[in-house]
Amino acid sequence: MSDLRDLYQDVILEHSKAPRNYRELPAANHRAEGFNPLCGDRFTVYVTTEGDAIRDISFQGSGCAISKASASMMTQMVKGKTTAEAEKLFRRFHDLVTGHAAANGNVDLGKLAVFAGVSEYPARVKCATLAWHTLHAALEGKQEAISTE
Amino acid sequence: MSVAAKGVSGSGFDVEQVRADFPILQQTVHGKPLVYLDNAATSQKPRAVIEAISRYYEGTNSNVHRGVHYLSELATANYESVRETARAFLNAADHREIVFVRGTTEAINLVAQSYGRSHVQSGDEILITEMEHHSNIVPWQILCRERGAKLRVAPINDAGELDLEAFSNLLGPKTKLVAVTHVSNALGTINPIRRITEMAHSFGAPVLVDGAQAVPHMKADVQALGCDFYAFSGHKVYGPTGIGVLYGKAALLEEMPPYQGGGDMIMSVTFDKTVYNRLPYKFEAGTPDIAGVIGLGAALNYVTRLGIGNIGAHENGVVRYATEAVSAIPGVRLIGTAKEKAGVLSFTLGEVHPHDIGTILDQAGVAIRTGHHCSQPVMQHFGVEATARASFALYNTKEEADILVRAIEKVRKVFA
Repeated sequence: MSDLRDLYQDVILEHSKAPRNYRELPAANHRAEGFNPLCGDRFTVYVTTEGDAIRDISFQGSGCAISKASASMMTQMVKGKTTAEAEKLFRRFHDLVTGHAAANGNVDLGKLAVFAGVSEYPARVKCATLAWHTLHAALEGKQEAISTE
Repeated sequence: MSVAAKGVSGSGFDVEQVRADFPILQQTVHGKPLVYLDNAATSQKPRAVIEAISRYYEGTNSNVHRGVHYLSELATANYESVRETARAFLNAADHREIVFVRGTTEAINLVAQSYGRSHVQSGDEILITEMEHHSNIVPWQILCRERGAKLRVAPINDAGELDLEAFSNLLGPKTKLVAVTHVSNALGTINPIRRITEMAHSFGAPVLVDGAQAVPHMKADVQALGCDFYAFSGHKVYGPTGIGVLYGKAALLEEMPPYQGGGDMIMSVTFDKTVYNRLPYKFEAGTPDIAGVIGLGAALNYVTRLGIGNIGAHENGVVRYATEAVSAIPGVRLIGTAKEKAGVLSFTLGEVHPHDIGTILDQAGVAIRTGHHCSQPVMQHFGVEATARASFALYNTKEEADILVRAIEKVRKVFA
């Protein structure tokens, strides 16, 4: 049996209770909505880019501890990075939570590594990746709300 | 933690003996004994059902209503005997009023498409309630859009009970059909169907009852209820998935056009003219789910042998015990506190998302459903995105309720 603490690490619980960059970004030039119809998680991600750089990023919405903490930590991690770096980070993060060998292993996940425990809980992968999918949609300029299904 | 008394109740209902009938309950999950509390999603199957299906495929398999050979006659006799079992189960007046369908959803779609399209005109109204499952909302939305009719929705109060006065005010000469659930899947509320049918009939509107969450817990006597259509799914009453029953009053079914065309539903076919088969075969196009029907028959016999009254009494005891214990946990908010309830304990816990509750309970071997339960309007009424729902069946015990309570305490600890 996997230990619940592998999933609900203190950092994750802390971010879910006090999410960072949790606000609207009126000046955002990218935004997208992400929705998981199975559990009702719903987030909006706002991004302000300047050229290739992510100058500012924020999110709002409702969801479980995993999805909210993931969104919060994502905003911290990609702020100041280029959009290409953010996409690379997403691919590496996706490998991490799905338990795949690190095909993008040269990317440093930093404190996102606390999400490694998600790979033991396949039903929760969509929770961990919802904000990232939404960020991806925002950067691609998608207008329709994206769905995990 | 209290320890509940084991053993046989006054009715002779022995839950330990019942549990031994269900092979799946003997397993462990994540190293813990399985506590299956997701029965409103689907119930587990007793050995009698599993073996009936195996026996059918091993010894009887053949198509029905077609052959003159031995196996076909045997399969047909077995298949049709389940129609009589289902008739008795619902106390329908006539076995021709029992139509086999894939489940409650198909039953409702059948009535919406067949009765609805031939009776509902532009400007007419269909009346449903705020507590319906999506399967008793969307088929009517489709019908209303197609016919230019209007879908009216009777509200519920904050206990999760139907507001009968508002319901009554929404009835009128334009109401062409009322569709209402017998028991709410998200809240457990039992609706006063007899009163609802009397009110609807005073305006000449027939009533369809979604019985999916009712038949596992209580007697559904369609003549006593006075309803015109009654739908239920086999898999929620210990039978297989993919099979269900639509009851319809013969006079209504007689005049309704077929739902699907194909084999078995016809008397004769030429390219100029097709004569439809008599009831109920007019509504059973194509080779049916024969094994599913056989399994359903075994399930209904199993329930009848134990006695639906005994089952309901046992379950009510466990649900009351669990409700009391869970609602005593700090931070718990019960969603659905109707006076008349069956089978369901729906709740939220402080700011903890139900999905996180579900994962932590699962690690304790406790299977519950978390989410909107295909009843998003109900969630909207209570201002929540989702709930955690423990739903009970005849094999659940007070000991399992204790395990549920301890697992919820664990959730509180993780999110302290």
